[in-house]
Amino acid sequence: MSEIVCIQCPMGCRITAQQTGNGYETKGNACARGKAYAIEELTAPKRIVTCLLLVEGAEEPLSVKTSGGIPKERIFDCVRTIKALKLASPVEIGTVLLDDVLGTGVCVVATKTV
Amino acid sequence: MERFDVTVIGGGPSGMAAALAASEEGASVLLLETDSMLGGILNQCIHNGFGLHYFGVELTGPEYADRFRQLVEQSGITVLLDTLVIDVSRDKVVTAVSREKGLLSIRAGAVVFSTGCSERPRGAIGIPGTRPAGILTAGAAQKYMNRMGYQVGSECVILGSGDIGLIMARRLTLEGARVRAVVELMPYTSGLPRNVKQCLDDFDIPLLLSHTVVEIKGKERISGVVIAEVDENRVPIPGTEETIACDMLLLSVGLIPSTDLALGMGVEVMGSNVMVDQHFETGIAGVFICGNTLHVHDLVDYVTEESLTAGRYAARHALGSGTSGHLTAHIRPSAGITYTVPQTIRGNAEEEVTIRFRTNRVYRNVRVVLSADGREIAAEKRKIMVPGEMQTFKVKAGRLNGIRGEITAEIKEAAL
Repeated sequence: MSEIVCIQCPMGCRITAQQTGNGYETKGNACARGKAYAIEELTAPKRIVTCLLLVEGAEEPLSVKTSGGIPKERIFDCVRTIKALKLASPVEIGTVLLDDVLGTGVCVVATKTV
Repeated sequence: MERFDVTVIGGGPSGMAAALAASEEGASVLLLETDSMLGGILNQCIHNGFGLHYFGVELTGPEYADRFRQLVEQSGITVLLDTLVIDVSRDKVVTAVSREKGLLSIRAGAVVFSTGCSERPRGAIGIPGTRPAGILTAGAAQKYMNRMGYQVGSECVILGSGDIGLIMARRLTLEGARVRAVVELMPYTSGLPRNVKQCLDDFDIPLLLSHTVVEIKGKERISGVVIAEVDENRVPIPGTEETIACDMLLLSVGLIPSTDLALGMGVEVMGSNVMVDQHFETGIAGVFICGNTLHVHDLVDYVTEESLTAGRYAARHALGSGTSGHLTAHIRPSAGITYTVPQTIRGNAEEEVTIRFRTNRVYRNVRVVLSADGREIAAEKRKIMVPGEMQTFKVKAGRLNGIRGEITAEIKEAAL
């Protein structure tokens, strides 16, 4: 049995997860997202990645996010892929910049307008 | 002199919410902001984790700010950017300066202070050593990196485990810097547990609890820091010193509400927070205070929630469509509770009242109790409370109705 601090929201529930015959039993999670997170954390941990990239003609760097979780061990690959994008101003908030980063099925989205 | 029903000072998440709520009540609203865009510190918080409570979706800081900015643009609110408020007089004349308009005087029916907070600097914690370049507060480094695009250093030590420091540990790592350690004086972290997990543990960044920086080295640029373990009285233990080479030291050692303008008006203070009632009105009628100016929050969602209430009641005051009534009770923090907001109750408090507070240490399986005249008026069980997490206690409508005098807020052992 292991204790997991949920990162789904700032409540930071402390979830204990135990493997049972046909799955996992969780305790301490305030919501269903917590249960799903605890199981995912034990089997295939994922993280939303946010980072910056420079955009030609923009005064400020562009901030971006992945639309969903990226396998934890691929965070740095993901950042490298995002930083390699060549973009020019203007870029609107909400624009999908990559629709399948590293074959994960997850998009990269602009989180501000530059 | 130009007049607005409600003048809101500060255009971060708090000020935008207060301005919107006041505008929805039918007030004419002026929103003043020193930066060249609305959004405040959210604009530099490019990480996710905002909006789950208020919007029900997970957003990054710039996205959360953008949603409110659009609402402000669609409303009839007058916004002045690049404008710094320098004084608010007792009769609510706001004096401001801007490059475009020069010196401005505005008469306000009600004033809302939403000026946020500032970071505790090196000078306030007295670290010995030289004074080289490369020592920054975590929020300043965040601005240089996220809004201006600078790489602020390559080998970093972070003093203090506040959330901004933790968030910056991850940001620096993703931008190619190496974070050697996060050093925390207390035996527990002051940041959110989720941030310790996803910002430090994920990247194997060591968190050294009960440690501090005892010396800064370097001439032109910082070249290293000496850290040491501290005893239970937070005094460095001789013989535990260790030198860590670095070219940057970030300080994440606390935030201080920016209350200068409000204090200048003569508002009353309790501990380090301005005193307010359940509608965020200070002791001066028509003067409201909300967001991190009032108390430093972990979650912007709660800032929004509180500021909407402040804005709504500011408008009602200015329009004369409802008074809060006389002060009826004080809330006195006791046994484990360091402070509460609000600290006072005005009128009959027939509606639900939200009380937020922090604890002085970690508590497990306890009850939070409000009592008056030795009688419990509201109580709630809590599995765990840590100092790094602001607590919310929603007191059901009617429970505080008719209570006069003093209300004690305390933590009690839960009956088994």
